[in-house]
Amino acid sequence: MTTATLEQSEHRKAWGLVAPALLWTVAFFVIPFLYMAAMSLWSRQGREILRVWNLDNYARFFNESALLRGLTNSLEITLTVTVLSVLLAYPLAWIIAERVPKRWQRMALILAILPFWTSYVVRSYSWLLVLSKGGVINQALLGIGLISEPLEIASNRTATVIGFVHFFVMLLTLTIYSNLIQLSPNYRRAAADLGANAFQTFWHVILPLTLPGVMTGAFLTFVLCIGDYITPQILGGNNELVLPQIIMLQIGRRADFPMAAALSIILMLAVTAAYVLCARWLKIERA
Amino acid sequence: MNQSHSGAASRRLFSSVAAFTLVALAAGQAAAADELNALVWCDHTDPALIEPFEKANDVKVNLKEYEGTGAGLSILEQSQPGDWDVMVVDAVDVHRVIDMGLLGEMPADALPTADIFPELRMEENNTKDGKTYAVTEKFGYNTISFDKTKVDPKDMEDLSVIWSDKYKGRIALYDYYLPMIGLVQLGLGKKTADLSNADMPAIEEKLSAMKTVSKQVSDVVSSQTALATGEVDILVGGGEWITASLAKDKPELDWIVPKQGAVRWAQSIGVMKDSKKPDLALKFVQYILSPEGQARLATSSCYWGMPTNQKAGEHLADEQKKALRWDDQPAYLKNTQLYPIPTAELDQKMQDAWTNMMQQ
Repeated sequence: MTTATLEQSEHRKAWGLVAPALLWTVAFFVIPFLYMAAMSLWSRQGREILRVWNLDNYARFFNESALLRGLTNSLEITLTVTVLSVLLAYPLAWIIAERVPKRWQRMALILAILPFWTSYVVRSYSWLLVLSKGGVINQALLGIGLISEPLEIASNRTATVIGFVHFFVMLLTLTIYSNLIQLSPNYRRAAADLGANAFQTFWHVILPLTLPGVMTGAFLTFVLCIGDYITPQILGGNNELVLPQIIMLQIGRRADFPMAAALSIILMLAVTAAYVLCARWLKIERA
Repeated sequence: MNQSHSGAASRRLFSSVAAFTLVALAAGQAAAADELNALVWCDHTDPALIEPFEKANDVKVNLKEYEGTGAGLSILEQSQPGDWDVMVVDAVDVHRVIDMGLLGEMPADALPTADIFPELRMEENNTKDGKTYAVTEKFGYNTISFDKTKVDPKDMEDLSVIWSDKYKGRIALYDYYLPMIGLVQLGLGKKTADLSNADMPAIEEKLSAMKTVSKQVSDVVSSQTALATGEVDILVGGGEWITASLAKDKPELDWIVPKQGAVRWAQSIGVMKDSKKPDLALKFVQYILSPEGQARLATSSCYWGMPTNQKAGEHLADEQKKALRWDDQPAYLKNTQLYPIPTAELDQKMQDAWTNMMQQ
């Protein structure tokens, strides 16, 4: 067999291996996405959908403050949740990886992710009861005399952020933990040999080495949070709407699929922008 | 050896065939002879309502729940003709569904129209050109629910309480623009049936005031939870459908029709035009409208509401009738108006006003 024939055979084999995944992606992502993008250019007039391409839905998005606010609300909440989740998850992951004895680490991780086992909806409603005026938090604070009036922490942005952070801290703890345990102890030893104290070792060695893991977890948090509908719907008290809620309103109340498609494209663009920033940062870090 | 092997194989084959036959027989016994697909509101998903019909007719009723006519029409738009046999729809939207060619005619003499409260027959909504397309099956009120131990019940007699400062931060608004805008219209001293584009600026102003004094805008479950847990003391848009099912555990929760009146909701049921089982679908409608079916529907686990069939009272316990305010209905029916029926353009304006209010 000549080298060229061998190469051709390898080439065909490679395509054969890639083909199922490629077909899957084209059938279940590319085609639906293109259809959605095309639909976003249609419009709903009264109770009819006009299949004439135009940019009306996008123009409406930028001209109607209630719709634009949906995106800014989504971004504000998502960024707050991502930052808070990282700040809480990192120490938790570090304690599990560094301070908990090896034989207990698995148990500690199971405990950390235990809330994952309950239904997302049930968990959100549970938070509503915990945060309400007569809930555990307010009753405890009133009981010990720290506050004289119940705190307004239910049915608003605070409640939404708490519900999200509770969920995403678990996710981030897992990604950061898996990054931390892969670090060779030699890094710490080398830093100590060079005279670095524990904080300096962490700040100049451990943290930079685990940042890719943090960024990956943060990106996952961003993507899942910005697209979530349930938590803001249950915990936010509809006092402000995020973009997925507005998309649901277009579908559920107006049957305005073109507008819902346009808003979904805008949501995808926000996620893509986050991905590009994240990827660029990771590239710079590696370089 | 061979014989023994062959015997074992035969036994295994026999066991497998027997097991398969048993499973098939069991499955055959468990599976209903027929199926019916119904697009409904959540009150129809109560097994206590559906199971008696399924058993009596040896049929499996597949239920798809939706909230709001827009959502129902979205589902129908994504379905094939014949996918659905029965539909429950807001009574004020029946014509919308008829005009889309989705509802089929039902024989008027097969329906217990004479037993239905006269105010709820709603011929102008349920019929077209003398043909019956739907029947009103349940009704109630979007008005004011409240905790009578925490607010002054006298204050609730005036609709202006929904935008006054007196109970600021203690009010929840039911998240459904149509009855809520209807309530505002009543509060402004106008009829819901007269609502037009010209009324919208005043309505938007009141919606804004309502948002300022409210704590939350919530769906059925969250509204009920907020009132039951004391998160709020007043629910604007609530009524018996929120408090009646809680009457036993939360006797402090009450509801009232203010002096300006309240909005009356009513839901209708009809057979789909392209149903492949129109006879079975009609049978289902007849069951829902029967006194027994009506009593079960009225006290369904999702939400309670008044049955439209007057004979349902014979199947309701005194406590249930008390929670539904059975005896007060004549007075309530006089002082309540149907949801506004907007044109497509006005409907969009109303939805925009509601969204703007939420984003305020």
